[in-house]
Amino acid sequence: MPEHTSRFTSRRGLLFGTAAVGAGALLAGCTSNDSSDDEPAANDQPAAAESSGKPVTIGFAGPQADHGWLNAINDNAKNRAKKYSDVTLEITEGSNDTAQQIGQIETLINKKVDVLVVLPADGKALTQVGLKAMRAGIPVVNLDRIFNTPQAYRCWIGGDNYGMGLNAGHYIGEKLKGKSNAKVIELAGLDNLELTKQRTKGFDDALKNYPNVRKVARQAAEFTVESGQAKMAQLLQAQSSFDALWNHDDDQGVGALRAIDQAGRDDFLMVGGAGALSAFQAIKQDNGVLKATVLYPPTMAASAIDLARALGQSKGISGLSEFEIPASLTLYSAVVDKTNVDQYMSTGFK
Amino acid sequence: MTQHVSPPRGSADKVPPASESFAWRGVFARADVRTLSLLGVLAVLILIGGITKPDEFLDTRNLQLVLTQASVIGVVTVGMTFVITSGGIDLSVGAIVALASVWATTVATQEYGFAGILFTAVIVGVGCGLVNGLLIAYGGMVPFIATLAMLASARGLALQITDGRTQIVSINSVLDLGERDAYVLGIPPLVLVFAVVTIIGWLVLNRTTFGRRTVAVGGNAEAARLAGIDVRRQRLYLYLLSGLCCGIAAFLLIILSGSGQNTNGNLYELDAIAAAIIGGTLLSGGRGTITGSVLGVLIFTTITNIFALNNLQSDVQQIAKGAIIVAAVLVQRRTASTT
Repeated sequence: MPEHTSRFTSRRGLLFGTAAVGAGALLAGCTSNDSSDDEPAANDQPAAAESSGKPVTIGFAGPQADHGWLNAINDNAKNRAKKYSDVTLEITEGSNDTAQQIGQIETLINKKVDVLVVLPADGKALTQVGLKAMRAGIPVVNLDRIFNTPQAYRCWIGGDNYGMGLNAGHYIGEKLKGKSNAKVIELAGLDNLELTKQRTKGFDDALKNYPNVRKVARQAAEFTVESGQAKMAQLLQAQSSFDALWNHDDDQGVGALRAIDQAGRDDFLMVGGAGALSAFQAIKQDNGVLKATVLYPPTMAASAIDLARALGQSKGISGLSEFEIPASLTLYSAVVDKTNVDQYMSTGFK
Repeated sequence: MTQHVSPPRGSADKVPPASESFAWRGVFARADVRTLSLLGVLAVLILIGGITKPDEFLDTRNLQLVLTQASVIGVVTVGMTFVITSGGIDLSVGAIVALASVWATTVATQEYGFAGILFTAVIVGVGCGLVNGLLIAYGGMVPFIATLAMLASARGLALQITDGRTQIVSINSVLDLGERDAYVLGIPPLVLVFAVVTIIGWLVLNRTTFGRRTVAVGGNAEAARLAGIDVRRQRLYLYLLSGLCCGIAAFLLIILSGSGQNTNGNLYELDAIAAAIIGGTLLSGGRGTITGSVLGVLIFTTITNIFALNNLQSDVQQIAKGAIIVAAVLVQRRTASTT
């Protein structure tokens, strides 16, 4: 080997090599993302029943956490489980591949966990494995993306996409009350997804209650910062004046706000969606167009752990009369604005 | 379908007389007829935009907007044009842009400020290009497979670094470059970078030995080797060049979006390849045109802009985009073969 390297031991080669190694070492140090307060979505809400009871092993399978909201889902589940001394959490490596996720859930079934919490990468495609778990006597808490049949889960808990649109529409409608000929635009999420259609439908339905408000434009971004910036820049160019904007997702909202800033526009009210920390902070500071955001709370994963624990211990939910947990729980998409943002700050995700 | 085909066909009628009207037509090589036909397509698009949305489309701000949106993918396409001209392909450009943009926006990198972000973005791009180049030129891997592997790994690494989080940039000197105050004589800095990269790319491809070697390797690698060209080293340099362009593009994207995210650069590989091919670069190698690629990018960006200004929804946009790609290539074929 050394015989062949003579060409590379020239001074130029040596200089280049040293520079490359140096750059590499410097770069490797630059992958760190640790900052002082990296504790996400702390859960201050009270747990269902604080006193510890029968030990429960909960298996958790979710998709690959490739964006902020899904990441917050995992964190919420983990942190909640840690709070209970009687809960052991078996968490799988998240996967977006249906076959892989089925395999992971089957492994959890074979391990004979007491309860399963499943956020499927694709609800319809994972129905069979949900059924399999239920038949094996393991109750399934289906998180957010719903299975094809209620037979595949004991309890479903998830967000309300239609309700998000509805509440965003009502908030904007109320704010624009008394303003004649008010114009509203919508920056939607990925149009391939059913949830985007539901959000838009809810938004349109709410706006029907306000005859003075008219939706003049809608463009779909892709839940990414890059697409949010690009689509928002075009929308701003297309509409020289409008009164309110609803953006489906706070992640793409980072890009949308950037475009608004770049265009130097501040003549309208903006409402976001999902509940990212950056959005909460902007709402609290109250020095930009973003005045509110509609929740799609990632805390549902913490609640799913609560439900799974209650199932494992054969308890109901405190505060309800029933001895059993409900079969289905649709969460409320609350509007967070300046008046209540402090309360939600700890649930904001990055 | 016929509705979408008809406007570019109109340009086909216009273009040949336009080119004949030049008395100094001899200046134009055969390849330039293609360029003129692309300009025709762009002119028709501008006409459509101007008719449907005169106030919003024909506006300085809109011109700035279209050129800015074209900058990021434009820089990537210049690099891609070189790779395709040499008979290769780089499927990893989008993933490299993603990796470079997240690596350059971590908390640790941002501590080094403007220079740290720029340096990291460029070096990560070049580093990925180096790996691609070594695997292809000296490892004997097929470019399709090597860059596909890079696509997967770079996306994975980007996800690992970000943990799926959006990394917001807080360095004002970087952010300010995306604001209107930074425009030089009305030209956004991003567009200036795009222009400089384009001009350098054009000069290198058309006026240097490096460019001629690239074309030779793409035309016939064996003949190029027999003519004394170090084909392996040339290939290595080309993927390095593509990586460098991705690094620059990542920096532009950081300025534009004020953040780094692992989803950045989604499907850039397809956009860049499509723009280069529409521009007249041969997918099989041996012929490449930077002017054509840039026009290809501008055609795509203009289409997107016109669609958004007219409030067309994603489904219609995608159908029409496909039809326009086919129409543009057909127009180009016809004009190229009739002259």
